[in-house]
Amino acid sequence: MSYEFLQILWFILIAVLWIGFFFLEGFDFGVGMLLPFLGKKDEERRAIINTVGPVWDGNEVWLLTAGGATFAAFPEWYATMFSGFYLALFLLLVGLILRGISFEYRSKDAAPAWRNRFDWMIAIGSFLSALLLGAAFANLARGVPINADKMFTGNLFTLLNPYGLLGGLTTVAIFLLHGANFLGLKLEGELRERVNGFAKKLWIGASVLYVALGVFTYAAGFWARGIVNPGIVPITAVVTLLATGYFINRKMEGWAFIMVALNIVLTQVTFFSMTFPNVMLSTTNPDFSLTIYNASSSQYTLTVMSIVALIFVPIVLVYQGWTYYQFSKRISTDKKSLVY
Amino acid sequence: MDPITLSRWQFGLTTVYHFLFVPLTLGLSWFVAFFQTRYYQTKDETFRKMAKFWGKLFLINFAIGVVTGIVQEFQFGMNWSEYSRYVGDIFGAPLAVEALMAFFLESTFLGVWIFGEGKISDKAHLASIWLAAIGSNLSALWILLANGWMQHPVGYVINEANGRAELVNFFALITNPKGWLFFWHTISAGLTTASFLIIGVSAYHLFRKQHVEIYKRSFQIAAIVGLVASTLVFLGGHTNGQYMYDTQPMKFASIEAHWETSQPASFSILTIGDLSGKREVWSIRVPAVLSFLACNNFTCEVRGVNDIQAEYETKYGPGDYIPLMVVTYWTFRFMMTVGFIMIALSAFFLYSTRGNYENAKWMKFVPWVIALPYIANSSGWILTEMGRQPWIVQGLLKVEDAVSPNLTTVDLLISVIGYTVVYGSLAVSMVYLMKKYAIAGPDAAMHESVDVAPAVVGSQD
Ligand code: HDD
Ligand code: HEM
Ligand code: HEM
Repeated sequence: MSYEFLQILWFILIAVLWIGFFFLEGFDFGVGMLLPFLGKKDEERRAIINTVGPVWDGNEVWLLTAGGATFAAFPEWYATMFSGFYLALFLLLVGLILRGISFEYRSKDAAPAWRNRFDWMIAIGSFLSALLLGAAFANLARGVPINADKMFTGNLFTLLNPYGLLGGLTTVAIFLLHGANFLGLKLEGELRERVNGFAKKLWIGASVLYVALGVFTYAAGFWARGIVNPGIVPITAVVTLLATGYFINRKMEGWAFIMVALNIVLTQVTFFSMTFPNVMLSTTNPDFSLTIYNASSSQYTLTVMSIVALIFVPIVLVYQGWTYYQFSKRISTDKKSLVY
Repeated sequence: MDPITLSRWQFGLTTVYHFLFVPLTLGLSWFVAFFQTRYYQTKDETFRKMAKFWGKLFLINFAIGVVTGIVQEFQFGMNWSEYSRYVGDIFGAPLAVEALMAFFLESTFLGVWIFGEGKISDKAHLASIWLAAIGSNLSALWILLANGWMQHPVGYVINEANGRAELVNFFALITNPKGWLFFWHTISAGLTTASFLIIGVSAYHLFRKQHVEIYKRSFQIAAIVGLVASTLVFLGGHTNGQYMYDTQPMKFASIEAHWETSQPASFSILTIGDLSGKREVWSIRVPAVLSFLACNNFTCEVRGVNDIQAEYETKYGPGDYIPLMVVTYWTFRFMMTVGFIMIALSAFFLYSTRGNYENAKWMKFVPWVIALPYIANSSGWILTEMGRQPWIVQGLLKVEDAVSPNLTTVDLLISVIGYTVVYGSLAVSMVYLMKKYAIAGPDAAMHESVDVAPAVVGSQD
């Protein structure tokens, strides 16, 4: 396999890992953010958490794998991005820690104050993580100051530009909607009704923000700065989002979920093709940008990693799919069924 | 303080913290899987309670291991970007494989195990805890192969064109003896850690005559495993030491405060250095034992710090190649002392299970043994990592050249303080829950349900 083929292959693989992460952990984040607002009684909150309880940690591994794969396949990208976005990533880690620990600890003590505290930590941690991930991706699309030595020369405030913030908020809104749709599929009874009401409102907010982000992207010329034109992909993404509203209003939860899922996938595809073959655009000088060619590992490493990925990615997909199948039943707030 | 010092403190603190929880996960997962298997085979309720009770402690511990592990994965790029650029071609591979092969397995099936009882078949539920245990221990293997490469780089060339190390032999990377020695030593250390936790907690209940059947069985099994595992830890450690003598002679000399080359070499029982930690003032020594540690005979020559320093200066240019000896010397002694104490203790515990040990007076003090493996685990890693200084990759890259150049002192102060606060509060809730469930006994561990809670949370209703 030629070197260039491998570089492109790994770019696509990393894109797939991020897409998997945003799709899966996206509804976890949404469920987490909705938790304290949607669940009034303890058993309601427990039921909401149980919708993602068995799967959230496995979903999060998509992030770890995306990070690890970037390290292995594009060390320069990993180094520049992770050191450059230092404080933002630090806050992301804090967010992930808060929610991760709370999922496991919130029911291990009966005191209402204890549970309430951890429930809020789930919500805040999920919000923080979604916001920062969105902002980070928006900044990658926008470009950041990078010098000739592939070094990031800005600071946290460089990332807090309007486009970055809009990207963060849009991600939060889409994840909230995604989470609400997921809960619509997983809950029953009164909670299911309540979450449908939430979804209707969230859909409006998410659509407004999403369209604004799209317009900003075109207007600011962040569009198609690489060699690929995303073409109708983003337009399809807008259509799926609009269709979501229709399905939510008709209480067709399955279709609503699929539409937002498609929206997330198509948005990511757009994102990854907008700058390709650049992986980090330099606003200092386009010649300093990191590309799949100047940021990648050696041909040998890429070959070895391709073999490993070819073996293990399908296996992971099979058993993760199996778990979703095993836990596909709706969850009621009936106390007996919540015992585990 | 400068960004390098702060980055080092941050990496050291977060890693040692992560590794406070890892060994128990590694070891206890096998115990829980074993107890559940026995329940599956015998349908004996006692085994079910054992699986549940130890499983609960396992999960409380596991949660912290997971969230602190994510920090580890990100830190290489965040704080050590020049390191990542230099070795990413090699070091990134085991990390990516770890995520793909181990983390997915472990976290997916642990979720299945926690929520699956009664919802999936008993067989699948049993398989899930075994898969989670295998996943955890596989993750240790890959991260240790990565770390082994930093201690003893193999299978690479330096690419002069882009000035970085590149992988040329993946097979050499995954068969690096250093990594496998780490694995042997660490896995057995994990089993020892779990055994001593079980022994300590069981003794607490036995002393109070509670749930005697459950805790007697646990105590006995843990005493057997503890004896075998702590012996393996010792053998693995000794082999580690010999390999270290071959591959990292400076580390070896520094853990012994062995200044001058000598033949045969004496083993230091107590050495007092001066305040810089770099000069010997006074010592008591046993003749020839160090020769034995290094090469299994009492006569070989063991090279001293001063000689190696001179050699490195010719080889790598002027500089200080001596690790901070107070640290390497003392952490090694802590670890070793504790190692011998644990072998002796587990032999004693095992022997005492032949009699009426649950009535013995000393049972009252047994819970304290839980602390021992923690001292040894942390000491072992601090020694391993500090003994490699000033190198981040032995002989190839120094720590000072590995740090992210764009980070400021303010960035690092924010993150160091932030991690300290967050990790501190994690520790508080973790210790609280561990104690609570360890003391409450098996009944509290049977379910995690809404029944134990008042119905109302938050402001409503
Ligand atoms: C895969 C790699 C890897 C692994 C598995 C470990 N470390 Fe490490 N360690 C490093 C990679 C590393 C490093 C990136 O190479 C550091 C950062 C700075 C340095 O000198 O080496 C380091 C430094 C470092 C330091 C500070 C050294 C100094 O300040 O001079 C301590 C105390 C530890 N580590 C402790 C540990 C512990 C307790 C581990 C058990 C989990 C551990 N390390 C595993
Ligand atoms: C600096 C090096 C290390 C990195 C980058 C790292 C990375 C990680 C990550 C990302 C996780 C979370 C996985 C999840 O979400 O399920 C984790 C957990 C874990 N790590 Fe580490 N780790 C390091 C050191 C070690 C060492 C040295 C060992 C074993 C010898 C180890 C063994 C484990 C185990 C068993 C888990 C499972 C959860 C737990 O810790 O309780 N790790 N690690
Ligand atoms: C009984 C005698 C022991 C000996 C002779 C011994 C020897 C060693 C040596 C030489 C190292 C450094 C290896 C290197 O960096 O090349 C080491 C590291 C370590 N030790 Fe020990 N050790 C002993 C006991 C223990 C015990 C009881 C534990 C914990 C239960 C333990 C846990 C560790 C850990 C976690 C490391 C870091 C990983 C590693 O280097 O393998 N050790 N030990």
